[in-house]
Amino acid sequence: MIRYLIRRALLALPTLLAMLTVVFLLARVVPGDPAQVVLGDQATPEALAALRERLGLDRPLAVQYLDFVGGVLRGDFGTSLTTGRSVVAEVAAVLPYTLDLTLSALAIGVLLGVPLGILAAVRRNAWPDYVTRVLSLVGLSFPAFVSGILLLLAFAIQTPWFPVIGAAALDDPGGRLHALVLPALNLGLIMTAYVTRVTRSSMLGVLGEDFVRTARAKGVSRRALVWRHALPNALIPVVTVVGLYLGTLIGNSVLTEIVFSRPGLGKLILSAISMRDYTLLQGIMVIFAACVIAANTLTDLVYGLIDPRVTYA
Amino acid sequence: MTRPPEDPVLAIRGLRTEFRSGRTWYPAVRGLDLTLYRNETLAVVGESGSGKSVTALSILRLLPESGARIAAGRIELEGRDLLRLSEREMERVRGDRIGMVFQEPMTALNPTMRIGDQVAEALRIHRGLDRAAARREALALLEEVKLPSAAQRMDEYPHQFSGGMRQRVVIAMALACRPQVLLADEPTTALDVTIQAQVLGLLDELKRSHGMSMLVITHNLGVVALIADRVAVMYAGQVVEEAPVRALFAAPRHPYTEALLRATPRVDEDTAALAPIPGQVPSIRAMPAGCAFAPRCPLRRPRCEAEAPPLHADGERLLRCWVRNEERIAA
Amino acid sequence: MTAHADAAAPPAPAGASALAHAFRSNRTSWAGAVLLAAVVLAAVAAPLLAPADPLQQDILARLGPPSAEHPLGTDTYGRDVLSRLLYGAQISLTVGFAAIVVAVAVGGTLGIVAGYAGGLTDQIVMGAMDVLLSFPTLLLGLMVVATLGPSLENLIVAIAVTEMAPFARIARAPTLVLKEQGFVEAGRALGFHPVRIMAVHILPNLIAELAVMASLWLAAAIRTEAALSFIGLGVKPPAATWGGMIREGFETMLDAPWLALFPSLAVLATVLALNLLGDGLRDAIDPKLRRE
Repeated sequence: MIRYLIRRALLALPTLLAMLTVVFLLARVVPGDPAQVVLGDQATPEALAALRERLGLDRPLAVQYLDFVGGVLRGDFGTSLTTGRSVVAEVAAVLPYTLDLTLSALAIGVLLGVPLGILAAVRRNAWPDYVTRVLSLVGLSFPAFVSGILLLLAFAIQTPWFPVIGAAALDDPGGRLHALVLPALNLGLIMTAYVTRVTRSSMLGVLGEDFVRTARAKGVSRRALVWRHALPNALIPVVTVVGLYLGTLIGNSVLTEIVFSRPGLGKLILSAISMRDYTLLQGIMVIFAACVIAANTLTDLVYGLIDPRVTYA
Repeated sequence: MTRPPEDPVLAIRGLRTEFRSGRTWYPAVRGLDLTLYRNETLAVVGESGSGKSVTALSILRLLPESGARIAAGRIELEGRDLLRLSEREMERVRGDRIGMVFQEPMTALNPTMRIGDQVAEALRIHRGLDRAAARREALALLEEVKLPSAAQRMDEYPHQFSGGMRQRVVIAMALACRPQVLLADEPTTALDVTIQAQVLGLLDELKRSHGMSMLVITHNLGVVALIADRVAVMYAGQVVEEAPVRALFAAPRHPYTEALLRATPRVDEDTAALAPIPGQVPSIRAMPAGCAFAPRCPLRRPRCEAEAPPLHADGERLLRCWVRNEERIAA
Repeated sequence: MTAHADAAAPPAPAGASALAHAFRSNRTSWAGAVLLAAVVLAAVAAPLLAPADPLQQDILARLGPPSAEHPLGTDTYGRDVLSRLLYGAQISLTVGFAAIVVAVAVGGTLGIVAGYAGGLTDQIVMGAMDVLLSFPTLLLGLMVVATLGPSLENLIVAIAVTEMAPFARIARAPTLVLKEQGFVEAGRALGFHPVRIMAVHILPNLIAELAVMASLWLAAAIRTEAALSFIGLGVKPPAATWGGMIREGFETMLDAPWLALFPSLAVLATVLALNLLGDGLRDAIDPKLRRE
């Protein structure tokens, strides 16, 4: 099992390196002179040149690249051009908010989506199935910011049940939770739609498999067929697909943060792009990339736990 | 083989199973009568499309829920009509009184469950055994089906076993609760030829030691010759001939049975020319009026195409043919 | 995104006739098609249907609620919302459609070439696609637009880049399957040029699957375009884009909640229509689900 995980992690390294390179190149290509960004319009050419030299921008690209990679390996992701703080510090400041949101959305998505999917599959072509299918298709079609705005309108503006600003001080757990509800629902319900569909189609597929018929021929009850035989097998593709969904989840969380005025990694990236703070951008993208890869490896881990064919190959 | 005692374990009467295509229901099994006696092996033979697998699935009521239904008939297990049971009661029969072995061992087992647990499951359901006791029983069963290193391997997963081994596991599963009847649908068709004989031999031996009756469905006459006591030949959803195995092979009466035997290559004869049966099994949507085999039958007469022949009993034999029955009566 | 789920399951080669049949027999795809047709019609007929010039400002009438003169109200600058909505449809549909065409053309070609050539070419191409796939979709689009600068063309490129990699994957899998089949072997034996084999023999079998994917990905493209416009990286103002309108509506949500509502519904309707269409088609041609 450990061997399997190590193998998967090693396989991810070339991809990580490639992502780093892409980010590095893109950040260099973003139009606008970073030195200008820091010093402003009134800066003299000498000051600009001096800053550029200090930031290492005048050195050849290859050297900059090696510096960058070397820094990453040392844990130094760079320093923000606009705030002067280290990228790590910037990220750490907003990370709790992002974690709150992402984890609760994941929880909602899975805890709501899987049972609904099972229900739809087991009651196929009856009304629970149709309703679930329609609702999930509609849910999927909402761009995250549209649903966010609608939620805001309905539950924060027209009816003041929840705060318009979807964030509170970190040391105020009650307020924090209250503010989390709408953004988490926004992110979570879209994911639920997705998970429901995948679970349903996976269950349908599994319920039609031979081994379910064998179990039925043994006298296994309906309920045990679904929960003990079909579900563990049906979850395998669901896990894979949830892993694939993480990219969309990140995008949606960026939009949710904007709509609900929440601090978070998404907003950080946006400001980095608009401020031409390319070191911050670079650093965050690296962290993002590493997270995505870590998440994929985690998915593989879960996969390995459920499917014995993977680990006992 | 002497006449079987008048002790039917399973009696199928007038079974009619239908499938739906669009809005219409078409029968795949049309008025089937079949009797399985105590301690005997009955082989049900036929080409694909004859309705033999559907019959087995009908007995255990394992047909897909939408698109298939049992429209008429009785299936009596020791006098109790299975078709009248509720689903709950049927669940108690499955795996306990009647066990079933399916054709494709590679997909018959749950990939995420250890084989020991899969064998033990029926025992836990029907006998109420706790986990430890069920596992002990399961081990004994796996040894009985001659699974090598059963004790070490019972905690492994299906993908770690070959096809032949998996089929043995399936057999152990089916026999776990010592059922009275074992249904085997093409149990060896998907296996290597060398393994086939082994598995068939195993089935025969287990049948004897457990005192079971066995219904073996197959299209392979070699299998029939190896383990069957009696044979029922099915065509287009009906039994067309039934006889003790020796008698059937020595003197087939129905033209379809004759054709089947002629089409089978034999080791002891020079079969430079195999004689395939011209034509095809009729689709359930286009069943001819009259005798279903008539379009392909060398003996057909006008009456055959107009009127469907009934199943006629003659001593130990059953025969569904106008022409041959008349010859018998005349003789 | 439904399309991501399908990347996990191998597609079944099916031709244009299967597609036509699937379309005819499925209610969901019909509903989607009708709704989509309505949106396309509205976009095409925008000059006829719009009551006013979408760019014309009228500060005195700003933030007006729906009325006879302005059926859907006016925005922050007094521009007619309905007109902007109709012209915005043009932009969204154009960008989405163009992006998908590029993505399918480039991604599909890459996938077929990789699948057919195999070996090192396959590894390199698919490796590059994997890197692309590792980036979250929106962020990838963001980075590309930020790099190139916001404009209609760059928006198309950015969205195409985000959708290219999945298409490559989707085109590659059946290519691998079809490559081994008899008629391809025959073509090789007859000395057909590989490009001809790919274009004439492999491609037609992928059409049904590609069509399903294209509708679903078009839905995603329009969603991404709206998101990028919402963030402010879409087509530059004062052009009317749905995403941009939603942003303006968002900024004035407390005063004029309807401003955000109408373009939101427009995006939702379009995306929903495409999802219905693609979903219906996919259910109809997928052999596994066909048993329903």
